[in-house]
Amino acid sequence: MSDLKKIKDKFLLKLKNQLNLSEINQIKSDLFGKNGIVTLQFKKIRSIPETERKKFASDLNIIKDQLQDLINLKINKIENTEINKKLKKEKIDITLPERPFTKGKIHPVSQTIDEISSIFSEIGFSVEEGPDVENEYNNFTALNTPDNHPARDMHDTFYLDEKKEKLLRTHTSPVQIRTMLKDKPPFKIIAPGRTYRSDSDQTHSPMFHQVEGLHIDKDINMGHLKGCLNYFIKEFFEVDSIKMRFRPSHFPFTEPSAEVDIGYKIKDGKIIIGEGDKWLEILGCGMVHPNVLKNVKVDPSKFQGYAFGIGIDRLAMLKYGINDLRSFFDCDYRWLNHFGFDPLDVPTNYRGLSR
Amino acid sequence: MKITFDWLRDHLKTNSKEKVLLEQLTNIGLEVESVENLSADNKLFKVAKIIKTEKHPNADRLKVCYVNVGEKGFKKVVCGAANAKEGLITIYAPPGVIIPKTKTKLVVAKIRGVTSYGMLCSESELNLSDASDGIAELSKSKYEKKIGMNYFSKSKSNLIDLSITPNRPDCLGVKGIARDLAASGFGKLRDIKEKKINSKTKQSLTIKINKDKVQGCSTFGSCLITNLKNTESPQWLKDKLISVGQKPISAIVDITNYVMLDLNRPLHAYDADKIEKGIIVRNSKFGEEFTALDNRKYKLENGMCVISDRKGILGLGGIIGGTRSATELYTKNILLESAYFNPKIIRKTAKKLNIDTDAKFRFERGIDPLSIEEGLNKAALLITEICGGEVSKIDIQKTENFKTKIIKFDPQLFEKVSGFKISSKKMLKILQDLGFRYKKEKKFYKLTIPSWRPDISQNVDIVEELVRICGYDKIKTLDPIKERTKSTLTQSQKLFHFLQRSIASKGYLEAITWSFTDSNYNDYFKDINKEIKIVNPISSELDVLRNSIFSNLIMFMSKNLDRGFKDLSIFEIGPVFTGPNPGEQNTIVCGLSAGKKSRLSWIEKERNIDVFDAKRDVIQTLVEAGYNASKFFVDSETPNYYHPGKSGRLFLNKEKNNVAAYFGEIHPNILKKIDIKTESLVGFEIFLDNLELSKKKLNDQKTNFVISDFQKSERDFAFVINKDVNAQDLIDAVYKVDQSLISNVKIFDVYEGDNIPENQKSIALNVTIQSLERTLNDSDLEKINKSIIKTVENKTGAKIRS
Repeated sequence: MSDLKKIKDKFLLKLKNQLNLSEINQIKSDLFGKNGIVTLQFKKIRSIPETERKKFASDLNIIKDQLQDLINLKINKIENTEINKKLKKEKIDITLPERPFTKGKIHPVSQTIDEISSIFSEIGFSVEEGPDVENEYNNFTALNTPDNHPARDMHDTFYLDEKKEKLLRTHTSPVQIRTMLKDKPPFKIIAPGRTYRSDSDQTHSPMFHQVEGLHIDKDINMGHLKGCLNYFIKEFFEVDSIKMRFRPSHFPFTEPSAEVDIGYKIKDGKIIIGEGDKWLEILGCGMVHPNVLKNVKVDPSKFQGYAFGIGIDRLAMLKYGINDLRSFFDCDYRWLNHFGFDPLDVPTNYRGLSR
Repeated sequence: MKITFDWLRDHLKTNSKEKVLLEQLTNIGLEVESVENLSADNKLFKVAKIIKTEKHPNADRLKVCYVNVGEKGFKKVVCGAANAKEGLITIYAPPGVIIPKTKTKLVVAKIRGVTSYGMLCSESELNLSDASDGIAELSKSKYEKKIGMNYFSKSKSNLIDLSITPNRPDCLGVKGIARDLAASGFGKLRDIKEKKINSKTKQSLTIKINKDKVQGCSTFGSCLITNLKNTESPQWLKDKLISVGQKPISAIVDITNYVMLDLNRPLHAYDADKIEKGIIVRNSKFGEEFTALDNRKYKLENGMCVISDRKGILGLGGIIGGTRSATELYTKNILLESAYFNPKIIRKTAKKLNIDTDAKFRFERGIDPLSIEEGLNKAALLITEICGGEVSKIDIQKTENFKTKIIKFDPQLFEKVSGFKISSKKMLKILQDLGFRYKKEKKFYKLTIPSWRPDISQNVDIVEELVRICGYDKIKTLDPIKERTKSTLTQSQKLFHFLQRSIASKGYLEAITWSFTDSNYNDYFKDINKEIKIVNPISSELDVLRNSIFSNLIMFMSKNLDRGFKDLSIFEIGPVFTGPNPGEQNTIVCGLSAGKKSRLSWIEKERNIDVFDAKRDVIQTLVEAGYNASKFFVDSETPNYYHPGKSGRLFLNKEKNNVAAYFGEIHPNILKKIDIKTESLVGFEIFLDNLELSKKKLNDQKTNFVISDFQKSERDFAFVINKDVNAQDLIDAVYKVDQSLISNVKIFDVYEGDNIPENQKSIALNVTIQSLERTLNDSDLEKINKSIIKTVENKTGAKIRS
């Protein structure tokens, strides 16, 4: 029997015993250590006569692999058992609460503004802004509402000086004036923002939000106005069709002017937009009055277009079923939590306005 | 403006139903606000006869009446009227009916222990007249046979309330509304032949309009009616006024009201015997006083248009009459006024004196200047018909003549604006029906504007008339084109949205609070800013524009804490104001956190919210927004509403150009004054307008990707340093040693106490050293180590801890 076969048999026998990890490691070192039995046999290869060398080397490698595999198998088995034992001990009650976290929310008005911007972005409107404090000229006079005009009665204005020259803007329409004075036509903008009127009850708050729209170009007519608003309302309420009614009204800064109603019905105490035989007024609009265009140095014989103003809070109330306007600004933790939106829910065109 | 279909039919021939009418009114811009059914209860009021009365057992002034209401047996009714007696025929209201005057529902009730079934009504309770001293007394001869029958003969038509826009004074009269309806194809306008006063007597009172520089009255028409007998109005007139919610008073007053409502022609009747020698229309002098028909005494300023006589003021022209010359039931001679007053002047005066009347409402919108005689004719003839007497000729005084407006209208403009076509025949028909006269001139129409349409002055106004009458439903819906030529948001708008959502994602609830606040709260947070007062605040608690968002947030935080919530974070992004002029405002992101972190957690140790929470939220947000944290600079100069020792100011760079943010604990004194109940309150303010916008787009920034794969080494140092030296100085000093090699510096321990001298502290740093070019060997690292120690010691006075 060759040496190699002896070595193999001896160690196979040894490895059949129940061994612990250190015993196996000892065997491993006896065999494959620096001066291990197998290691020494490898060193012997050179001294083997050439005719036998090849066979010897091959036999040695086979024995080495065989023993090594067996040792590794044994080690793995022991380790697995030990890990399993340890894991058993480490089991915790996973139903205990997670580490505390807090959740922030976006206010429904902010969310609605983002929804509105997203919709109008799709049809080429960009967003403009204006200051909350306005002068009397931009808020009224330039908008064809001269002093002592009864239309001013419709706006209960907050003033900042006795001369009534500085005021909190009563609508977002002065942004029209600022935009048109700043640039040259065409104009295609929306302007969301805070507006103020000295009025307070269930449906009025001294501060509220409006979005202004303005589209001025060479041949923009009332058909475009109707199309634009029809598109907006459908997109905003995320419905396929909408019952909408334009009816004549009056605003000093538009001519002709219209108010827009949408159809609704009440079903199980909830308002359903877009169908039914009741009408709900949601916005005012019209063709920009030539006097306004003249005031901002736009030639009304060359340019014309439409403007509209929509109550943002009102839209939010309708879409999200909020009853009391004043609750928007009451900052009640429970309300903000309930009606607020997750900050990652950014309204976009590709993933939709709302979940 | 309140109307009924019945009244409209005085001017309009139509067979249509009310439902169609209501739709059509709204379609042509006369919006129907509400429709009220006034007659629903009318058939419940019965003619009744008192059979027997008894004294009420428990009340001296009450009677128990047994009433025959046409049914078997009697109704027992408790009544307090002195005139309730046996045999009286009166009006009975059964339980369940709504009393017109009080709008309350009648119920079966025990009155002082006696059950009363229904009520006997006074005329006042039924809005029939002002007579309220006793129940109605119906004439025996007329009503004896009608006991048990309905008192109101016919059911009234519904009360329609219209919202008339301020540009349409002509529709403040029933006739004007009828005209609009007829033009739109709803019925046909009746051609009512106007009857004229036929008198030979001259109007004998002299009327004079003073030629002042600014004269509010340009025409004053009048006639005298003598020897009349003022009386109650006849039933048809009473019914008419009642049908639109007006209360009949006396024939003279009722007739002037009727003409006003019918034709939108305000009139005023003076008791001619109370006028002292003729009328002078003039401007008031400062300090003049008079008592108006609303029983208020007004003190006038210079230049208000007044109607006066020698003794003084009789009334404010076009606004309100005075008590001195008021007509009464015994009035014998009246002067009837029909005038034209300038809308602007009327409005100015009424605003200054804070008076609102029907006449003022109409004059400030513009009355038809050519309706003066029409009004006088109609009213005078009605008065003589009802009250008798003789009418004088009409006297007209004028300071200027009315000029008819003419517009050259280009019919092509219609399609250009409306987007749809109508035939020129239809166009002219509509205009004609609305009262325009026209003449074709080449491709234009020369249009004469009706005198009752002060709102029409240019081409586009004509377009509006045409579109309105055609119907807005004719306008086509042109779908918008989905095309974008300009980016929707500017960079700063994008930053606004980013910061808003970034802060919210850190556990803050977004609040929107008012731009104004309570000056008492604002005082705490205005720092060096000036208070900006609102001249006419809605309440004294909202009297200034906010100089800081904190005032509102703290107020609401306090309310939420009172609701029992303990650990809250809220924020607002919005304007604060630095001055009273447009543009003097900044956009701020303001956050506020109260209470503890990990309260009652089984796994984490609870602790108070602190300034480093706020600092993290600020810095993380700015880093997320793309700003380079390694350039940030922080010092401790903050506004006085922050805790002076536990607050900081952040700049985006060491040049300290603009403050990017403040953060810190709110000053304990403020917490005490506000009496807010929480363990800790910290906040921050990020100044959006001070954040420089990157000129590079995100994709430009992304292209430059540089990393090092060479081995990095970490070395720890501990320095002992004076307490007042900032940790930031230490970090800066380390970075300055070699910016290309030192890639990160972390503070992992700060220690004061045992083994450290007083007024000193130990700061332990972990420094990461890595080269972009090669692996550093031991001697390189040793060199850097030494250099770090030397530089820090030299620059900050620190000593390395051995």
